[in-house]
Amino acid sequence: MGFEVLAKGNNALRLLSGLGVAMRISLISVAISIVVGIAIGVIVAGRHPAAFAVFRVYLEIVRIMPQLVLLFIVYFGTTKALGINLDAETASIIVFSFWGCAEMADLVRGALLGIPVIQYESAASLGMPPLMTYRYVIVPQILRRMIPLSINLITRMIKTTSLVMMIGIVEVLKVGQQIIEANRKSSPNAAFGIFATIFFLYFIACWPISRLAAYLEKKWEN
Amino acid sequence: MDVILEVKNISKSYEDITVFENLSLTVKKGEVVVIVGPSGCGKSTFLRCINALESIQDGEILLDGEAIDASSKELPRIREKIGMVFQSYDLFPHLTILQNLMLAPVKVKKTPKAEAEKEALSLLDRVGLLSKKDNFPRQLSGGQKQRVAIVRALMMHPEILLLDEITAALDPEMVREVLDVVLSLAKEGRTMVIVTHEMQFARAVADRMVFIDGGKIVEEGSAQEFFDDPKTERLRQFLNSFSYD
Repeated sequence: MGFEVLAKGNNALRLLSGLGVAMRISLISVAISIVVGIAIGVIVAGRHPAAFAVFRVYLEIVRIMPQLVLLFIVYFGTTKALGINLDAETASIIVFSFWGCAEMADLVRGALLGIPVIQYESAASLGMPPLMTYRYVIVPQILRRMIPLSINLITRMIKTTSLVMMIGIVEVLKVGQQIIEANRKSSPNAAFGIFATIFFLYFIACWPISRLAAYLEKKWEN
Repeated sequence: MDVILEVKNISKSYEDITVFENLSLTVKKGEVVVIVGPSGCGKSTFLRCINALESIQDGEILLDGEAIDASSKELPRIREKIGMVFQSYDLFPHLTILQNLMLAPVKVKKTPKAEAEKEALSLLDRVGLLSKKDNFPRQLSGGQKQRVAIVRALMMHPEILLLDEITAALDPEMVREVLDVVLSLAKEGRTMVIVTHEMQFARAVADRMVFIDGGKIVEEGSAQEFFDDPKTERLRQFLNSFSYD
């Protein structure tokens, strides 16, 4: 079945470290997206027309443009056009953060605007000062709305890291291809074994996260 | 009787639309004042001005002689003394009923948890909702939520309660259970300012009726005078619109 190649040399370890590269890119991007995305979302929820217009354009660009095209623009495009020599991993993190910030900001914006004004007013009329109102009334409600959705975004980002091999990053899928190539003669079935293993690795990385999302969603459905 | 609330000549407008001008109202301790009037007459806005949810352009509002000012740092402290219940169910959806009741006393007043819980449970029992203490608001009917909202306001030991059309969004069969709670509060001498469309209830609960129309107090008086012997044509018309004979 081709699984035997995993036992050869340090192939299994190489696959794992490939997964490590994918996880590193996605987790750094996720961290940036959460921090910057929340800031952008709060600003856009302020209903300033210009801020909202700029944000719409940004969001549409992110949603319309395939991530791969963005990767190519940032990695190959900037080198020629701007003379900036980005390494591939930095370029990937820029692209994934660019995407993640837009989506995260949209989630924050939606959650913030979805809180009825009466929630602020009833807290205020109980004598709660603004900071206390945010701390105990508004933010918990926003988190409950946002966390399941943003976890969904995180798993999508992890999956999409498979694209970064197109700009030369040796992540788990690329490692897999290399192993298959190197063992073409000795294990002609390696493709199945390796790709099945990669499938399993992605599953291991994403499944707990999406279970967590489902759990939180159920716990907070009120 | 001591005066608790003094509203002196307040005016409210949005840009070029005047909601009301020169409205004054004095409420004494233990008094129940019911404000009625046609939709859009400014009565809800008037109530919201009292605890500075709306700003006023002119005049002043004094609670126990202390000015209520929307821009004051002291506003949260003054608002503790003013309980308010709104038309829409405004419980905090992420907290259980008990947590809804305990949040403000524990965080704002620093009441010890055990003490706040004891009081919350006894008040819940009084409005017949003790069994719902660990439920979330979405599991309650509209009438039950409004009873909890009243209890939540009471938990802060307010000196005055403002009720803003608290039964307007309820199914008819739930109106009674909420108004019964308000009636019992009136009996125990709570000071309240109530905006409502329930005329029979108003008559039963009010020490004094106030009729607002077109941003002005058109008529005020005891419940009996007000309903049986209205002085102004405008109030007569308004009261007639509620009867079918």
